[in-house]
Amino acid sequence: MLSTRNVNKKFGSLVVADGISLSIPRGVRYALIGPNGAGKTTLINLITGMLAPDSGEILLGDEAITALKPHQRVKRGLVRTFQINTLFPHLTALESVTLAVLERDGHAHNWWRGLSSFASEADEAAVILKSLNLEKHSHKETRELAYGQQRLLEIALALATRPRVLLLDEPGAGVPKSESAELFAAVEGLSSELTVLFIEHDMDVVFRFASRILVMVGGRILVEGSPQEIARDERVREVYLGAAHAA
Amino acid sequence: MANAKPLEVAFWLCTLLPFVLAPNYLSLASQIAITALFALSLDLILGYAGIVSLGHAAFFGVGAYTAGLIAKHYWTEPISALLISGLISGILGYASSHVIVRFRHLALIMLTMGFGLLLAEAANSAHALTGGADGLQGFRVPEVLGFKFDMFGRTAYAYSLAVLFVCFLICRRVIHSPFGLALRGIRENAIRMPAIGAPSLSHLRKAYTIAAVMAGLAGAALTQTTSTVSIDVLSFGRSADVLVILILGGAGRLYGGLIGAVIYMVARDQFSGVNPQYWYFWIGLLLVAVVMFLPNGILGGLSALHKKRQ
Repeated sequence: MLSTRNVNKKFGSLVVADGISLSIPRGVRYALIGPNGAGKTTLINLITGMLAPDSGEILLGDEAITALKPHQRVKRGLVRTFQINTLFPHLTALESVTLAVLERDGHAHNWWRGLSSFASEADEAAVILKSLNLEKHSHKETRELAYGQQRLLEIALALATRPRVLLLDEPGAGVPKSESAELFAAVEGLSSELTVLFIEHDMDVVFRFASRILVMVGGRILVEGSPQEIARDERVREVYLGAAHAA
Repeated sequence: MANAKPLEVAFWLCTLLPFVLAPNYLSLASQIAITALFALSLDLILGYAGIVSLGHAAFFGVGAYTAGLIAKHYWTEPISALLISGLISGILGYASSHVIVRFRHLALIMLTMGFGLLLAEAANSAHALTGGADGLQGFRVPEVLGFKFDMFGRTAYAYSLAVLFVCFLICRRVIHSPFGLALRGIRENAIRMPAIGAPSLSHLRKAYTIAAVMAGLAGAALTQTTSTVSIDVLSFGRSADVLVILILGGAGRLYGGLIGAVIYMVARDQFSGVNPQYWYFWIGLLLVAVVMFLPNGILGGLSALHKKRQ
């Protein structure tokens, strides 16, 4: 569904993506793990077009999307969320999600009809908010939402675009463990057609929700495998789990 | 006006008061209406799309000169000339938008300012066309729809107010449309917009073009109601004034520019009557006071007060 071919990226002399080739089949839940600075977020930025690779190719299905702008990739179903809340502070939750629905359906260019004549889009936004237990807060401005609710709104905005591939950059970042389970339960409940790649540091969460795991170190993919394989892999223990276990 | 609030109806009824209460000030009232329209057009890009411009007079000036040239060389029917002026201004706005929307913050301020200065100098040098520093003179728009432009400014104010009102209705519709929501989205978070599939630059280009059309209409209305085009329609001072007016009234509130224009223009009229040389001192004081005590402008302060009482 989503693949990259030999993607490279340097910031000056710092290599942040070193020949990354991966291939993610449809409907699989992938976890992307690795120590800080491994290049995980950079990889998401490269895949979604927020950064341009120095070389290499990115494909969605069979289509090369390397030259497309971020919003064009979203239109094709490749959607991300952000590690640090990247929301619309003064829009209500409902307005934000409705905006994403309107953009998806190509209505956002319409300046001659009132928003009230787009009730079905607003209804759809309300359904998405409800599916993430945000319906009670849908009329609050985003900045007034609790942090955990803002994390959920991050996902709601992505879902409103009807993604085929969803890239979640540490959806549980800064959320207490009890709430992050709820958050990942919401992710797990998504359509099985949807391909999900998520970055996460909490190994309990990773092993619980991922069906495949990618391990990145120093801008390279170290290994890819099932959770069992990764748990047994000596190299992974050394560079990543080893350090965590020792702590 | 669908779902108009009582306050809005009251506001627009008040705009008719000068006809009765201040018949000697109708020329001023007309200029206020034109300035309000100019501020409204800036609000569309600054208050809603987050494009800070210090060169918005470019579009006002192009509209003003276009209307002047049409009246001088071609015909004097004002409404068609007004629309053509808006169109020319809009074309210029659309052309320049391709550069403008790629920048933000300081670069954007410098760019819009530079663009405005370029145009002002161009108009100054093109003496044959624009009259240069002497201004464009020697024309008069005698009437609109059979109403003669009288020396008391009665028709002038009615005309300016009508143009303002129609543009306001359009702005109001734009703000409450999906496109208006998208503009607010860009203002709130320009990074998130592409991540929800929004073609932000194309949205911004459109907003900039609509604002340019409205600024052009304001400039044209000024020309038609004063029968002259002074070079300062393009001046940096005009760009700065309209920014001050919008901040004073409250950006991003539709009525902010309107209220700001009334206060600023009346204050200028009164202060310059008291002390013609130093009236900017009082404007400066007013601005400092508003920004210190009402950081979201006069309307922002009023709406915060209203929320508190609830």
